[in-house]
Order: sequence, then C-alpha cells, then structure tokens
Amino acid sequence: MNEEIKTYTISVYTENNIGLLNRISAIFQRRHINIESLTTSQSEIENVNRFVIVVNTAENQASKLVKQIEKQVEALRAYYHTDEETIFTESCMFKIKSDLLFEEPQIQNIIKESNARIVTVNKKFFVLEKSGRRHEIELLRRELSAFGIMQFVRSGRIAVTKDEMKITEMLEAFNNNTI
Amino acid sequence: MKTETAKKTQNMVEKTERITGSEAVIRCLIEEGVDILYGYPGGAIMPVYDELYKFQDQITHVLTRHEQGATHAAQGYARISGKVGVAMATSGPGATNLITGIADAQIDSTPMVCITGQVFSSLLGSDAFQETDIVGISTPVTKWNCQVTNAADIPEALAKAFYIAKSGRPGPVLVDITKDAQQGELDFKYEKCKGVRSYKPVPDTDLEAVAKAAELINNAKKPLIVWGQGVILGQAEAELKAVIEKGGIPAAWTILGASALPTSHPLNVGMVGMHGNYAPNKLTNECDVLIAIGMRFDDRVTGKLSTYAKQAKVIHFEIDPAEIDKNVKTDVAVLGDSKSSLAALLPLLNENSHSAWHDEFKKLYQIEFEKVIKNDIHPVKEGLTMGEVLRQINTYTKGNAAIVSDVGQHQMIACRYSEFNITKSNITSGGLGTMGFALPAAIGAKMAAPEREVVAIIGDGGYQMTIQELGTIFQNKIPVKIVVLNNEFLGMVRQWQQLFFDKRYASTEMTNPDFVAIAKGYYIDAKRVVKREELASAVEEMIASKGPYFLEVCVEKEDNVFPMIPAGASVSDIRLS
Repeated sequence: MNEEIKTYTISVYTENNIGLLNRISAIFQRRHINIESLTTSQSEIENVNRFVIVVNTAENQASKLVKQIEKQVEALRAYYHTDEETIFTESCMFKIKSDLLFEEPQIQNIIKESNARIVTVNKKFFVLEKSGRRHEIELLRRELSAFGIMQFVRSGRIAVTKDEMKITEMLEAFNNNTI
Repeated sequence: MKTETAKKTQNMVEKTERITGSEAVIRCLIEEGVDILYGYPGGAIMPVYDELYKFQDQITHVLTRHEQGATHAAQGYARISGKVGVAMATSGPGATNLITGIADAQIDSTPMVCITGQVFSSLLGSDAFQETDIVGISTPVTKWNCQVTNAADIPEALAKAFYIAKSGRPGPVLVDITKDAQQGELDFKYEKCKGVRSYKPVPDTDLEAVAKAAELINNAKKPLIVWGQGVILGQAEAELKAVIEKGGIPAAWTILGASALPTSHPLNVGMVGMHGNYAPNKLTNECDVLIAIGMRFDDRVTGKLSTYAKQAKVIHFEIDPAEIDKNVKTDVAVLGDSKSSLAALLPLLNENSHSAWHDEFKKLYQIEFEKVIKNDIHPVKEGLTMGEVLRQINTYTKGNAAIVSDVGQHQMIACRYSEFNITKSNITSGGLGTMGFALPAAIGAKMAAPEREVVAIIGDGGYQMTIQELGTIFQNKIPVKIVVLNNEFLGMVRQWQQLFFDKRYASTEMTNPDFVAIAKGYYIDAKRVVKREELASAVEEMIASKGPYFLEVCVEKEDNVFPMIPAGASVSDIRLS
C-alpha cells in the first residue's frame, strides 16, 4: 500500500453518545498522529452523528485508523478518502474595524473578489464570512491582515464524498434482523 | 378469564417491580448468571454492597486486598471458565486501581465487566471527595464504557455491558454508576441485550476466502499453522485438531494459545516467539504457507517484521477486521469466528502427512533438546533450575493442572515446559506483561473451576507486587498451590542486562523477606526447597495438600532463558545460548 503522505478525510458515522469523541480522538493520539481538523455534526440520518476528521498520513495508516475506529462499539462505519474523492470546504470569519471599510477602498475590492459575505456591520466593526478551500481563505486572511484583523476564526473541513455511503441500508438490515 | 387476567397482572407486577438502583445492579448480575464477583467497598459503592449483603445466598462477593487483585481474579475466573469475570470498586482510587487489570484484559481479550461507584451526579466535575473521571481514564483500555446517572438506566447499561464484554472478540467493559443512581428507584425489568446496531461482533465467514485458503493449503509443501487465543475464545479446539490432523500440518502456538491442543499431540511443534521453541521460530522463515489462526502477530511473536515469513503466503483466520494487515500483510484473510471458519475449511482440505517437512521440526527439536531443554529440565549443575521444577509439577499434576504464571523468566519456563492436556489451562498475562497477575488470577481460576488443580508459578519480583492477596486466599480458604521460583533477581531484566548491558545489574537484585514465614503468617502451609533431593517430595506434598499451599524454590540466581530472539532480530536469528 502507498506510503506517500497525503491528506485524507476520514468520515465516521456514529451513535450520539457522551465520550465517543474522546474514544475516537484517543485512536489518533495513541499512534502519535496529529488531527488537522475535526468537525462533528448531525448526519443525513436521524440520531446518527458524523465526524469529519482530516489527517496527513500514509494510506496504509489511514486504512488502519479507519479499522480501529470501526472497531469501536458505537461507531457505525468509517471511511477514508483523498481530496479527489470528496467535495470539501471550510468556513471562516473575520472581525474588522468598521472605519477601515470606508478609509481603505481596497478592502471593498478584496471582499468582492473573494466572494466573502458581510454578515453584520455596526459602528465599531463589521464581520466577514467566507467559505471555500483552505488556500482561498489563507489568501483572504493575508490580504486583510495588512489592514489589521480584530478576530479571525476558521472551521474544520466539512466534506461529502463522491461515492455512496450505505449507512441507511446497514441500519435497516440491523433492524430487520433483530425485529 | 379471571384467572388469566390475574396471571397477567401478576406477570406485570413481576416484570416491573419498583426497586432501588443498587438492588437493580445485583439483580442484573444474577440475571447474567454471575455467581462470584471480586471487589473492594468504599463510599460511592456502599449502596450496592448493602444489597450484596442481602443477596449473599445467590451471589458471592470476594473481598480482595487491593482492587488490582479484584481485576486479576476476575480475569482468572474468565480465562478458565470462558464466562464474564466481574470486578467492583468504589470511585476515585478504587476505580483507578482497576486500570492495570482492565488494560491487561483489553490486550488479552478477556471478557470482564467492571462496576465502579461514582460521586453524586450533582457533584460531577466539582473535584468532590474521591471523584475521578474513570470513564475518561478507562476509555483507551476498555472495549466499551459508560456512566449511569439515573437508576432507570442501570438494567440496560449492564445488559449491554455483559453482551459487549462477551461477544465477538471479548474485552473489558466498565460501567460507572453515580451514587444517586444507586439510591434512586426504578421499575425493574431485565432484558438481555441481543444486539447493538453499531456493533457487529462476528463477521460472517466468507466461504470464498475459506476456499482460497484451502487451495493454498492443499498446494503447500511446507505449511505451518500458528494458532493463538482466538481458538480458545472461539471454542474451536476440536476444529483446530481436526484441521491439523487431516492436513498433517505442523502447528505452533502463541503464549495465549497454549493448551488449545494437548502438548503431547504429535503435530504440536511448540511455542513461537521470543522464548519459544527453536523449530517453529526458525521454520516460520522456511514454510511456504503460514496459516495464522486467531492470533495477532504480536511483535514478541514476529521479531523483525521486515524479515518475518517473507517467503510464505500468509492466511489469517481472524474475528477482528482491525487485525487484518495490521502487522503482517496477508494473502488470504478469512474473517469470522474460528470455530465456523475452521469447520468450513475442514471438508475442503486434502488429507496429507508432510512427513519430510515434519522431520525438519524433529531435527531442530533435537538440537534444542541437546543445547537447552536437557539442561533446563534434567540439570547436572548444582543449582536448581526453573525447568526442573516445572518437570516435577508435570509429574505430580499429570498435565491436568491449570498453570497460572506471572511475568518474566519463570513465565517463559512455565509456558515452555508445562504439559497441558486440557484447554484453557495456561493463564498468564500475555500482551501487557503484568507482574503481579498470577496470585490473584489463580484465586479467580480456582474459584471458577474448583475441581481443577490450579498451580500459580510466580517469580520473587512479581509475587511481591500482589502478595497481599494471600489474605484473600486465607480468608476464603481457596486451595491454590503457589510456587515462587526465587532467584533473588528480577530475572528477565537481569538477563537482558547480562546480554545487552554488559552485566550492569541496575536495580534488579532483590533482598527478599522470609517468604515461608509470610505465608505462615497467613496460616498457609509453606515449605522452602533449596536442594534438588528435596524438590520432588515437596512438589508431591504440595499437590497432595487439600488446602492452599506455598512452595518457595530457591533456584540458580543467574540462569537465562533460551532460546531467545533478541528484540528487533529476525525469527531465524533465534539464539540457543
């Protein structure tokens, strides 16, 4: 299996139970693997959570991580995908002094060209939101940092995969077997 | 009609009695068939102990002298019986003292349920007296764990705990119950857990993979089986024997696989791994098909991975998908439980004898016998050897005892030289290497199988890690036989210091107390042997003894265990001296 270090997006479908985040993150910690980003949310299925975890690692390691995650009792299924196999995005927010919006006309150009969205404006500050790929967000941050950023925050990656994930079928099969 | 309605109401009442959470804990244990549990009381678990007092006629609680002892006793109980072992402790230090045993059970796949008391839910996170985050602490070393803060959730949590601990690849589960949940009331109704939707304990046996495996085995000229504890956990001993005999396949075992096939079986070629037998280690790198059954290619088994069985096609029969390709890349992975997979394999196998191949094992065994085994079990030097003690034990137990060993040189000797006629008879701490395991584990083993002879083989180092459990043995009159092989050293570490650290014996020499006096202090019959001529009669007396018995054998101080695969070396570089 390929030893080349790549970015892998690990998607995990789980029960929504206390402590599961700890259990899953421990799998990475134990192998001394840094989690680049981690997002958890409701999935497309009622009462099923989805973790999106990004790691830079080799494929054989990614495959082992996924097996160890699936081994956890409350993990329904786990998958790993390369960037090419997923549609992904991140989101970020900037809080910037409102004066700059009027004093620095270039800022308005930057906002337009970057497809960022102004969420709110008041006398003191305005808030800018943008979602997109990491390099787009980084470019925007660099451009704005020249003028001074009061606050910056970026979310972890969220991703959907190009291939199907048959969680619903799996859950139905379980229900049919036990009823 | 009337009587029917009355019956129904009665059933309803029976089904939903109003009881406390702590009574529910005991009722759940009884429903799960628990007859013995091990533990230690304390503030946050007192309501459950109060109920144990009321249910004494149905369930026996054994007070160990330390919570670690409770876990190892539960492990010993589980390992010899195949049932779930149960340990109980209070919050805080009681709970953290369970961790070593839980980690041991996790790495050795032992079914165990640990119940811990916890502070009131209103106090969680407040640094209350004896509060510790035991769910957080135990997460990486449990198969599953949970915290219960409502009395009503107790039956479901415990049902799930027993189901998860026992099913699939077994493991330890911890259920942490707050004191208010123990004191609260619930409408009790117990339903055994039949499944958890996010958990598939046993993968379906893939018949196509079985067929591929059979084809590889049938075409093999030099097949070698290495089986592990998966055979014992899957109760596949008979299937293993049938496969070995039909295929005429030499079969070796990992330390935890020992006893699944009698030692005397002609196709049993011994133990693999760091201190295993010469032939199976050496020939791992000469076989053409390596058939791994219910084992996990531990580094102590494989030595240097990049030179491990590279010439062979590897077939891996395994219940846990995460083990496939974890350490050794397999050519054919047969997922499923060992019993059904081997049963499916058997009719597809061709009868064979591989006698030339088998002769190679015999040849290497002769070399090992001349250079190592002979001197170990029939020594001519003055000092006593651990190997001759094991030979005497074999003589007087006739290979029918369960041998519970601790960790170190004596453990390797016990596993190498014990004769096993009966499965589930080698109880030892394999993966974690927990010193202090044997004495409490022997307690659990003997209580689970009172009809069996249980002999604990322990070094002078490990013995002193859980020596306080002599109190448990004395109080409960548990007739275990305890053999301490005393070389006044932490022998295995000393061996490494001799071989790899120029004999710098840093902190391995022990000035020991009078072990016989200590045993006698607990009113346990005890004897010390220092001369060869005293050994046989002392072992005979110990085995004949009806009660617990302690035997100290003062062995050669600086003996080494061979063969040995030095850490990081290849299995084919196994050393005989």
